[in-house]
Amino acid sequence: MTIVRFLIRRILTGIVVLWLVASGAFFLFFARPVATVARNLAGREATPAVINQVIKDLGLNQPIGVQYWHYLDRLAHFNLGHSYFTQESVNTIIRQDLPPTASVVVGGVILWLIVGLGIGILSATKARSWFDRLSTIGVLIGLSMPTFVIGEFLLLVVFVPLNQHGFHWIQDQYVGPSQGIITWMGHMILPWITLAAVQAAVYTRLMRGQLLSTLGEDYIRTARAKGLSERRVIFRHGVRSALTPVVSQLGIDMGQLLGGVVVVESVFGLGGLGQVSVQAIQTEDLPVIIGFVLVAAAFVVVANILVDLAYAMLDPRVRIS
Amino acid sequence: MSVTTEIQFQAASIEGAPGHAVEGRSQWQLTWRRLRSDKVAIGSMIVILVMVALAIGAPLIAALVHHPPNMAFPNTGENAVGNPVGPGTNGFWLGTDDTGRDLMVRIFYGARISLFVGVVTTVIGTVAGVTVGMIAGYFGGIVDTVLARFTDAVLAFPYVVLALALAVVFGPSLSVIIGIISFFAWAGIARIVRGQTLSLKEKEYIEAARSLGAGPFRIMFIDILPNLLAPVLVLATLYIPAAVVFEATLSFLGLGIQPPTASWGNILAAAQPFYTVAWWYTVFPALALLITTLAFNLLGDGIRDAMDPTTERLLRARKRTKRPRGTEPLVLSDDIPGAALPPAAQ
Repeated sequence: MTIVRFLIRRILTGIVVLWLVASGAFFLFFARPVATVARNLAGREATPAVINQVIKDLGLNQPIGVQYWHYLDRLAHFNLGHSYFTQESVNTIIRQDLPPTASVVVGGVILWLIVGLGIGILSATKARSWFDRLSTIGVLIGLSMPTFVIGEFLLLVVFVPLNQHGFHWIQDQYVGPSQGIITWMGHMILPWITLAAVQAAVYTRLMRGQLLSTLGEDYIRTARAKGLSERRVIFRHGVRSALTPVVSQLGIDMGQLLGGVVVVESVFGLGGLGQVSVQAIQTEDLPVIIGFVLVAAAFVVVANILVDLAYAMLDPRVRIS
Repeated sequence: MSVTTEIQFQAASIEGAPGHAVEGRSQWQLTWRRLRSDKVAIGSMIVILVMVALAIGAPLIAALVHHPPNMAFPNTGENAVGNPVGPGTNGFWLGTDDTGRDLMVRIFYGARISLFVGVVTTVIGTVAGVTVGMIAGYFGGIVDTVLARFTDAVLAFPYVVLALALAVVFGPSLSVIIGIISFFAWAGIARIVRGQTLSLKEKEYIEAARSLGAGPFRIMFIDILPNLLAPVLVLATLYIPAAVVFEATLSFLGLGIQPPTASWGNILAAAQPFYTVAWWYTVFPALALLITTLAFNLLGDGIRDAMDPTTERLLRARKRTKRPRGTEPLVLSDDIPGAALPPAAQ
């Protein structure tokens, strides 16, 4: 029952957050002079008559309060409006471009958690070894490079030479899993590595630091003293407790993750929501931009609810309420 | 600080004390002593200073090689098919870019913009973050709830998306980019400062200050702030490279510093279509960026280790107690693995 009440409360606050984001996006974009918006749409050569027609068609001549009301009303019916340029429904655009984005996000998160936590645990248990030093340097390089440079570097040293030598498994562009899981993975592996290289850095450091200080606790001494194997001490007693800050960091990073996805999609030409929204930003296609911002915000809200549930499962002292 | 004065006072009050009286050392002196022996941190500091010197001296270098940063050299700087020329060709030490400009000069000019953006946004973000975090932590209650929620919201927001939107609405310019990056820099600092303030404000000396009649702002800025400087300094050192990387990302998406002004981000962005024909065009600016951000990250780590020697001591003690299996003497003292906590904690 507590879990139902927790979910209801979190979903309600989530809706409030989405409303705030939607309103912020609306006023940010629509509080600009109407003529600028219309002129961008109608093109540079447009006559004043054409511009007025565009303003009328888009309902931009109505008072801002009325426009805002219509906007919220549409959103309440899950209607994100139509693209200014292609007249296509934004709902359709998002549905079409979701698969590449979802592929990048899911695969990337799994890879980065495995790599980040794995290296973190190894470095903490073998502190000061050459492995620890090497991984510290590797992690810092990941942290110090912009995502797009890592992506281009992978294209330059992995994708190009492999394809020149007749090895065609690794590809750019997006291909759905319906073409075969192996093909799909070949297309996704470089984007996953890129995303993981940037994010895993943070987790490796966090895990290493947490585990090091956890292993200094009294109860670890007790566990060792009662003769448990070192593996059991580290995994059952150490990692479990060191994992809680990592999980809460995961909630914070969801927003950042989407930023990384935008860049990764552009570098590898995957299409997807990120690349579409970057194009929309360059053409000032407001409904598409707002659609992406809302989808991103909804993703962050849902991911954070899941993270909090996981948190409660890991740490018996945390009660969800 | 007060401990230092007291020790000095005691030392001075001993009648006829010899010259080698006990000298007090402040936390900063101790940190500096430890940092000085950290080769990596000192190396990073030198790298940063060299990069700053190159950035400041960029006009001198341009004058030396007779290649102004924005001047194209279509005859010497491009090959027959109009592609960039490689390093060392026709007096271009690091080659040229796609319009035949001197890449090395542009990288040093880019350093000015990138470092300027990195430092300025970090300063703005740090001041804002410390203020918000301290107010939230000190006052607590509804003030804390509102500020902490807002901080969390900023942290959780997909910031590249919002940054792109803001850059479109306000038009990309140096001040807009600084504003955007600062807006996302303060939240992380505010969060940590809030946590520190929450624990610091329960200390006795704060109560003492309050009982002397000090107001909340005096307590915050005179009594709490000096104790926050250490973690904030480490965070700030780590934010500079993050801001440099952020600027590069914005430029890559076409919304950062606008050409012809050079920044590492927009050089890398412009180099993107040429990576198969001109490797130097991508590699050198990327190296400049990597070396600089890496140096800042290593320096930040070094300062953190120097300020918090417990990790170091923990590691050293663990190493000492590690003996080959089977040769362990039977000890009933504290000298068993895991007992290596710093003295204060035992």
